[in-house]
Amino acid sequence: MHTKSITELLAALQGGEFSAHELTSHFLDRIRSLDPHYNSFITLLEEDALQAAFRSDQRRAKGEAPLLSGIPIVHKDIFCTQGIRTTCGSRMLHDFIAPYDATVVEKLNQAGVIVLGKSNMDEFAMGSSNETSHYGNVHNPWDLERVPGGSSGGSAVAVAARLCAAATGTDTGGSIRQPASLCGITGLKPTYGRISRWGMVAYASSLDQAGSLTRSAEDAALMLSVMAGHDPRDSTSIAAHVPHYTAELDSEVKGLRIGLCREYFEDGLDASVAACVQEGIAELEKLGATISEVSLANIKHAIPAYYVIAPAECSANLSRFDGVRYGYRCDDPDSLEDLYKRSRSEGFGREVKRRIMVGTFALSAGYYDAYYRKAQQIRRLIKNDFSSAFDSVDILVGPTAPAPAFKIGEKSEDQIAMYLQDIFTIACNLAGLPAASIPVGFVDGLPVGMQLIGNYLDEATILRVAHQFQLQTDWHGRVPATAA
Amino acid sequence: MQVDPSVVTAIAELAQLQLEEEDLQENIDSMSNILALVDQMQSVDTSAIEPMANPLDAVQTLRPDEVTEPDRREAFQSIAPATEAGFYLVPKVIE
Repeated sequence: MHTKSITELLAALQGGEFSAHELTSHFLDRIRSLDPHYNSFITLLEEDALQAAFRSDQRRAKGEAPLLSGIPIVHKDIFCTQGIRTTCGSRMLHDFIAPYDATVVEKLNQAGVIVLGKSNMDEFAMGSSNETSHYGNVHNPWDLERVPGGSSGGSAVAVAARLCAAATGTDTGGSIRQPASLCGITGLKPTYGRISRWGMVAYASSLDQAGSLTRSAEDAALMLSVMAGHDPRDSTSIAAHVPHYTAELDSEVKGLRIGLCREYFEDGLDASVAACVQEGIAELEKLGATISEVSLANIKHAIPAYYVIAPAECSANLSRFDGVRYGYRCDDPDSLEDLYKRSRSEGFGREVKRRIMVGTFALSAGYYDAYYRKAQQIRRLIKNDFSSAFDSVDILVGPTAPAPAFKIGEKSEDQIAMYLQDIFTIACNLAGLPAASIPVGFVDGLPVGMQLIGNYLDEATILRVAHQFQLQTDWHGRVPATAA
Repeated sequence: MQVDPSVVTAIAELAQLQLEEEDLQENIDSMSNILALVDQMQSVDTSAIEPMANPLDAVQTLRPDEVTEPDRREAFQSIAPATEAGFYLVPKVIE
């Protein structure tokens, strides 16, 4: 059951091969026996899930079966879930029970999913290895001594280890695509504004975007069909038509113009990863796509600009955590200032405090123009580079991460080395473009991802290319030995 | 850019973070490292470039000034660390 795609699961549920209750029990059994190796869950919802599955079967018997009826999924613990705690991987929100559902959660519930639990993540989504979580490291199922990537590390592992059919995630600088790459699964970050941010704990609001982690592009298309769409409660959500993503998967890739970003294959890319990605590109060429080289000259400035914009927005967003209205409060504060300072200092972890400090500095009097304004100007230069590239190509292809999964602890003391993990993913967030990572091979038994970057609102082309690639290859179907 | 201790202390104050003496050096080092990374931006000529706040250059949307959310004061206060008679409790501010 656990190796089936969502489409196969839906057919089996509809055909009576097994019930949603049996399917949910099966995944819960796997989680209980396997997750102690991975630590991919923060909260497991056994009773709630089984009850929801029971109701799902009853509804299906009456002929009521919305699009994802009975499909067991996991939410990244950044999405507010009414009545169920939402920690965001932080001590600050250890006991926080949201009084409402995020739009993403609401839409997926309406589509009939079964929520198995909330997945582990880097604290407030700030990290690329899941090592900043207050709830402990998550272990990569391909090698338990290695990181799964981050920040959606728990979601990526739960999908890769077949502990659920699909998972939600968020991507501010690569937090869906990089863990998808390191865990050998398909991760999709749609266009900024394609999916509502309402009820998603904010990190950097002009960059944050929800998306999915799945076994295949076909599954990603199903998830996006449900998650996408305008939401009046999020003023940055886009009022644009949502295409029929699954219907567009079958068009062929022949004649599609693929651009290779020259800068992505220069500095910082592991040679064996480059070889895997080149083979993936050759496969697309065999399918009839034409390949040309493009240059994104300003992309090298993406990381510096990101490490101004993201911390600046984080320092503003996280100022709401003050120990008064919700979240962690220190013991016996002797003054209001003491309450604020100790609640924040004890509630936030090291990396979060670092980013708040840098962001506060960048926004402080006398520094705004030199840092924040400058970074926003660079952001436009990067966007302009992409726009020029999309004048001559339909999609851009390159690596997702510079190397396969690294060892736990290997980079945790070197913050700059950690930040460089996102060197190929960050520019899409700054430009607001949709992008996906799909499995493209292995290096020393560790998965490698290929990144597909589309034009604004053109998730359909990304999903189609990914699906056509996955019809020809089986990298996405490999299951790690620890999860067999 | 090399950050000196007085800058770190002032920023911690603005950010309402308590900075222990033994953490000062680590904060100086990490801020200096990040600022050295971001200072690479300064080599880029951006003189005629309009800053970009939203990828699709969207503007703030407006809606009619009507009440759309129900009053859920009790639900929201039930998750607060300390409340009394509908108020949030904090340490005494005015003597």
